[in-house]
Amino acid sequence: MADVLVCVKRAPDTSGEVVLTADGGSIDGRYAGYSMSSHEECAVEIAVSVAGDTGGSVTVLTLGDDDSVEQLRAALAVGADEAVRIDATADDYGPADVAAAIAEVVQARAGEGRPFDLVLVGNDAADTGDHQVGIRLAHLLDRPVVAGAQEVAVSGDRLEVRSSVSGPTEVFDVPMPAVLTVWEGGVEPRYPNISGRMKAKKARIEVLEPSGAPRGSGRLGLRVLPPPESNVEVLGEGKTAAPRLVDVLRELGVVR
Amino acid sequence: MSTSSLPDRCDVLVIGAGIVGNSLVHHLAELGWTDIVQIDKGPLPNPGGSTGHASNFIFPVDHSREITDLTLDSMRQYDEMGVLTTSGGIEVARTEERMEELRRRMSSARAWGIESRLVTPQEVAEMVPFLDPEVIVGGFYTPSVGVVDSLRAGTIMRESAQARGVLTTVANVEVTGMTVTEGRISAVQTDRGDIEAPVVVIACGVWSPRLARMAGAHIPLTPAVHQMISVGPCAQLAEKPGEISFPIIRDMDTFCYERQHGSDMEVGSYAHRAILHEPDEIPSIAQAKLSPTEMPFTEDDFDPQLEQALELMPELLGDERAEIRYAINGLLSLTPDGAPVLGETPEVKGLWSCAAVWIKEGPGVGRAVAEWMTHGNPEIDLGHSDIARFYPHQRTRAHIRARTSEAFNKTYGIVHPSEQWQSSRPIRLSPMHASQRELGAVFYEAAGWERPQWYASNEPLLEEFGDAVMPREHEWDARWWSPVINAEHLALRARGGIVDLTAFAIFDIVGPAALDAVQRIIVAQADVAIGRVVYTPVLDETGGFRSDLTVMRLAHDRFRVVTGGAHGMVDQKWFADHLPEGASLVDLTSAYSTIGVWGPRAGDVLGALTDDDLSPEAFRFGTCRLIEVGDLSVLASRISYVGEFGWELYVPIETGAQLWERLIEAGRPHGVVPVGIGVYTATGRIEKGYRAYGAELDAERTLSETGMERPKVKDADFIGKEAVLAQAGQPPKAVLCALTVDDHTSASGVKRYMLGGEPILGRDGEPLTDGHGHHPYVTSAASAPSLGKHVLMAFLPPEQAVVGTELAVSYMEELYPVTVASVDATPLLDPDNLRVKGRYAELEQSGTGSTATGAPVAAEPVGVA
Amino acid sequence: MSVLVLVEPEDLDDLGAGLSVVSQEVLTFARSLPGDEVDAVLVGAVGQPTEAVLAHCREQGVRTLHVSPDARLERYAARAWARVVDAAAEAGGAAYLIGGGTPHGNEVLAHVAAARSVPMPCNVVAVVQSEPLEVERQVVGGAVLERVALGDGAGLAVASVAGHAVAPQAAPSPGPAHVAEVDVELTDADLAAQVVRIEAREGGDTSALTGANVVVGAGRGVGGPDQFDDVEALAARLGGAVGVSRVVTSLGWRPHHEQVGQTGSRIAPDLYLACGISGAIQHWAGCSSSKTIIAINTDGEAPMVTKARYAVIGDMHEVIPAVLEELS
Repeated sequence: MADVLVCVKRAPDTSGEVVLTADGGSIDGRYAGYSMSSHEECAVEIAVSVAGDTGGSVTVLTLGDDDSVEQLRAALAVGADEAVRIDATADDYGPADVAAAIAEVVQARAGEGRPFDLVLVGNDAADTGDHQVGIRLAHLLDRPVVAGAQEVAVSGDRLEVRSSVSGPTEVFDVPMPAVLTVWEGGVEPRYPNISGRMKAKKARIEVLEPSGAPRGSGRLGLRVLPPPESNVEVLGEGKTAAPRLVDVLRELGVVR
Repeated sequence: MSTSSLPDRCDVLVIGAGIVGNSLVHHLAELGWTDIVQIDKGPLPNPGGSTGHASNFIFPVDHSREITDLTLDSMRQYDEMGVLTTSGGIEVARTEERMEELRRRMSSARAWGIESRLVTPQEVAEMVPFLDPEVIVGGFYTPSVGVVDSLRAGTIMRESAQARGVLTTVANVEVTGMTVTEGRISAVQTDRGDIEAPVVVIACGVWSPRLARMAGAHIPLTPAVHQMISVGPCAQLAEKPGEISFPIIRDMDTFCYERQHGSDMEVGSYAHRAILHEPDEIPSIAQAKLSPTEMPFTEDDFDPQLEQALELMPELLGDERAEIRYAINGLLSLTPDGAPVLGETPEVKGLWSCAAVWIKEGPGVGRAVAEWMTHGNPEIDLGHSDIARFYPHQRTRAHIRARTSEAFNKTYGIVHPSEQWQSSRPIRLSPMHASQRELGAVFYEAAGWERPQWYASNEPLLEEFGDAVMPREHEWDARWWSPVINAEHLALRARGGIVDLTAFAIFDIVGPAALDAVQRIIVAQADVAIGRVVYTPVLDETGGFRSDLTVMRLAHDRFRVVTGGAHGMVDQKWFADHLPEGASLVDLTSAYSTIGVWGPRAGDVLGALTDDDLSPEAFRFGTCRLIEVGDLSVLASRISYVGEFGWELYVPIETGAQLWERLIEAGRPHGVVPVGIGVYTATGRIEKGYRAYGAELDAERTLSETGMERPKVKDADFIGKEAVLAQAGQPPKAVLCALTVDDHTSASGVKRYMLGGEPILGRDGEPLTDGHGHHPYVTSAASAPSLGKHVLMAFLPPEQAVVGTELAVSYMEELYPVTVASVDATPLLDPDNLRVKGRYAELEQSGTGSTATGAPVAAEPVGVA
Repeated sequence: MSVLVLVEPEDLDDLGAGLSVVSQEVLTFARSLPGDEVDAVLVGAVGQPTEAVLAHCREQGVRTLHVSPDARLERYAARAWARVVDAAAEAGGAAYLIGGGTPHGNEVLAHVAAARSVPMPCNVVAVVQSEPLEVERQVVGGAVLERVALGDGAGLAVASVAGHAVAPQAAPSPGPAHVAEVDVELTDADLAAQVVRIEAREGGDTSALTGANVVVGAGRGVGGPDQFDDVEALAARLGGAVGVSRVVTSLGWRPHHEQVGQTGSRIAPDLYLACGISGAIQHWAGCSSSKTIIAINTDGEAPMVTKARYAVIGDMHEVIPAVLEELS
């Protein structure tokens, strides 16, 4: 039985052209909306399947303001059992602060006799891309950590973790309790169904006050780079373009 | 492959390639335009506007005839293009109150000739097996409901115009500015160069206000969110082939719809709070996640609807395998009064608006506006959609936001025909407003004006007149109504009444060519003596009504036009558009206050305040002149819309309150009381058979159908003359009649009173059809307290337009017997017009004057031919 | 005061290929930092570094190349590798520690930063000022640059450098590239998360859209449910899978599991060949990670065309058969 904590962050969706807030201090999601990152969606998927396979539970945690409840409910809607929100302004927190805040929750739960066997975070958040919260967390908890985890299988108290983010598939075998930073691509996150949404809507969200002031991320400001120009090369019109197209296919190595 | 280079000039530039722009270019091409350019800032075929995410279903029945006609025309066009799939549709009711509304919808369906029927929960479940019949009490089924492929339709229409070689469409072009030269649009700037065009159409949906502003014009609409989710795959849907196999459900009480889309079920909602956006704050195509008009979904707003949808379709939507894969806050356009915004902008000549149009009306609007642009006379009257209808305050952001917020939840709401707006009030106050408040006026709003509908101070009259006030038993019939209106009516007929008419729109036509101008615009003879008042129709080229109004000749070169407030802005534009050199228009609406005083004692009341000779012989009907009311200078005009002796009194708005106080004071000893607009616009006129523009009169009606044909047509040329001459002597295809309700008793024993819009049928419920192929319906309904009858006006087929014909009216799906009481709008009360003439003594002597004699006397209500 | 650079080989299994391009870029970048000397540390390579590695180090002006002799470090174990890097920084008296913003680079550096409780900005592209240190770094895949202050400057300054932030350039004068061994006492905890084996990447399964190396996409332009023959033939010929747009599944022409887009699968094949797909944003969200996109479309201004690397303007039902014939 593996009890899993999965950490998510409400972040502006960045699949479109990025828009900044008026003060240039953060990315604005007013057009594209806010969501957890794809990495985190996969982390939630892994959490739900690991808990399902082992008869364990999933707790979803976020650090954010009241709006971030939406992301907790999104996780609840696809199968998380409990939700906890650390009531804070995410922009005030640097990666070390976030790791410390998560560690505090993990330790408190261990103290209550309900420890988490597995803590999942996204490899990096869509808006800050820090690539380090999970690792800092592992150091604070003194647990092993695998970054870039894409597929996870539990056998007994060990995890078999696969990651293809550096090219070939690296297979890890780590003991629990452990921390994984999840990278998208290994699992297909499920969509919520209506009953899941109804359940999520009714679920109670536990709210925690943060202890201590964050040190911050050191962010001074943001600027957006202009999008790249179209560099399309038109190979021709109609069937007369076929030979040229086949040449390109050969250059790309998809046909020999 | 689209042409990528932008032409540098064209005859007409259509901005927008959504359903509206595409329909428009098609119909312009059909009507012979040969140099059309269409641009859109997005890519084709889906440029990213509201068309791209529309749910694309069409329910044809609407309470508005204009919208229904546009929808039916659109459905015909979609069908011809092969993009209409008929699925049937059911509006379901969860409550008895809603069921009553569905019965009312049946009235509209019958009136507009659309096949529909009420169905039981079991019948609904047979058609839609995954719907829980326990949740509903019944439904309103329309077999012709269908879904369309609006993007495909757009492409087909665009390509049809391209195939004629008259249309160049360029995608990915953004408009950056507009050039207006001497009040006319002359060119449009884009990010790919300028284009000169004498005519430009803004068909940009939610972006339209932004575009209009570039030219200094206003298109009063706001982008608003409509939420929709798609749930699937659903096993019961997946096993059926094609896009749609089950009727679309509108869950009217929860403001939701459920529409099959392949193996998915789309659930849409109008129940959430009104979420308004700013046209300037819509993301660009690149910034948007899906498209600019598919905004991020806000789950909290939708959750309650999800629960209700689940209640209705528990098995289908509750299936664990059916996932929510797509959820958007889709942007659509809302207007302050819910109607589209069509026509040439009043601010800029040549700049047209074709906005706030839904998928269901798109092709019909495209056709009608193209006709309007081409020859000025759309076959379907667009009177309620005319962009010219907005007063300046109605174009403000605050007004638009307030009214659209209030209106949003009326999308599926039960809206009483007399329901009043709550927001953005008060705006326009007459100078006697404070006095009216003291009198306990109940204010209704028209064109922003606060007008007393009736006065609580007149409640004691209820006792005086007893049952003659015709009290109404049913809450719906009595909603937004008071028996005090009928008591005021009886007081007016017995003694007299004082009516605040400050809401009139007033403008002067002045200058050396003023006579030519007015002569050319109105039907009646304008070359009359100074001091004459002329009541006249105003027609379009086809002989359809543009308006009816009065004109006072004040000087050889000055004519004063007085018309209703609601339609005043449109009338002003019509006059302004048709002025020759040497005539100009001066708007005096805000300069004058108008007070009417009418009734047997009207002469006594006004006479107590002036030394002028007010006798009917000295102050003849249809004349006007300045009189002195003490130290006030007053323009008095002897006409009447209530069928009584008396005057409309015009004073500078700053002296209006003084005149009002003096009249009220002078009226008191005579029992003459302030009377509300409930009498002026309904009971008073219906007893006299006076028609109202927008109800009996519109562009689809002719002089002969409305009984307004005169034996002689004036020699001078005027707009519509050819049509009038052509119609002369032709038997009308329908005839305006007044009917009285013979028995009001419903099956439950409660007496019911029709409010307007109901179908007129044969005595046994068989449908009637007039020479246009239309079915008769009630254009106006009101109490006629002096007759003790409830009177309905309707255009009947000529065979039925005979006094004494026994017919029926269908109200809430019950038949009530009615009898034709007059034809050609002959007055039911006082057909000899003794009252108007001030010959009350003769009335007393003959002891008649309260009912029609049947004599075919064509009484001219106000003015001379 | 020196700068230590974590370098990675071009190929972990073949050190004869020298250093990765990104590592050469980072060494170049290191010279823009206010350090006197540039040192490097290479972990995971047992034994003496190859001549190719040393050549790259000399070219980049490296003073000392730190290596570890511990055989247990051959397989990737981020925390253990970080111990070596940390020791090398200690040994060389480094003020700055930087490496490539690669998955391994970021992970190892994060371990060092975590162990030392110092900040670590990722994907840095430039040093804005050195006193106090401010850098600019990429976020959101490089679409946005963030300016970050790194505090008081006490302790080791750790950062990863974004790929292609600078072009690799030889140092003004070559460095000696002395090889120094770093000896670290590794604990079990350091090695608790270590690669136990490497598996070849799976591929060639045409039914799994997300795993396919080539995806042939089809949109409304196909025309109807019975018009997919040439699309399927092309996918088969290229050893790929068929993917479709939302409208195609909405119309019931193809099953949902073939849908690419916001509401379907997100794919990242080597080649995405989009046929008759206009490229609505919702579709783009699902295919934008493809390495190369070729669009076949009748509309030369369709977003799919302008965003593609290559395009053929024309009817897919003419072009695809011609391509198949060309290939046969």
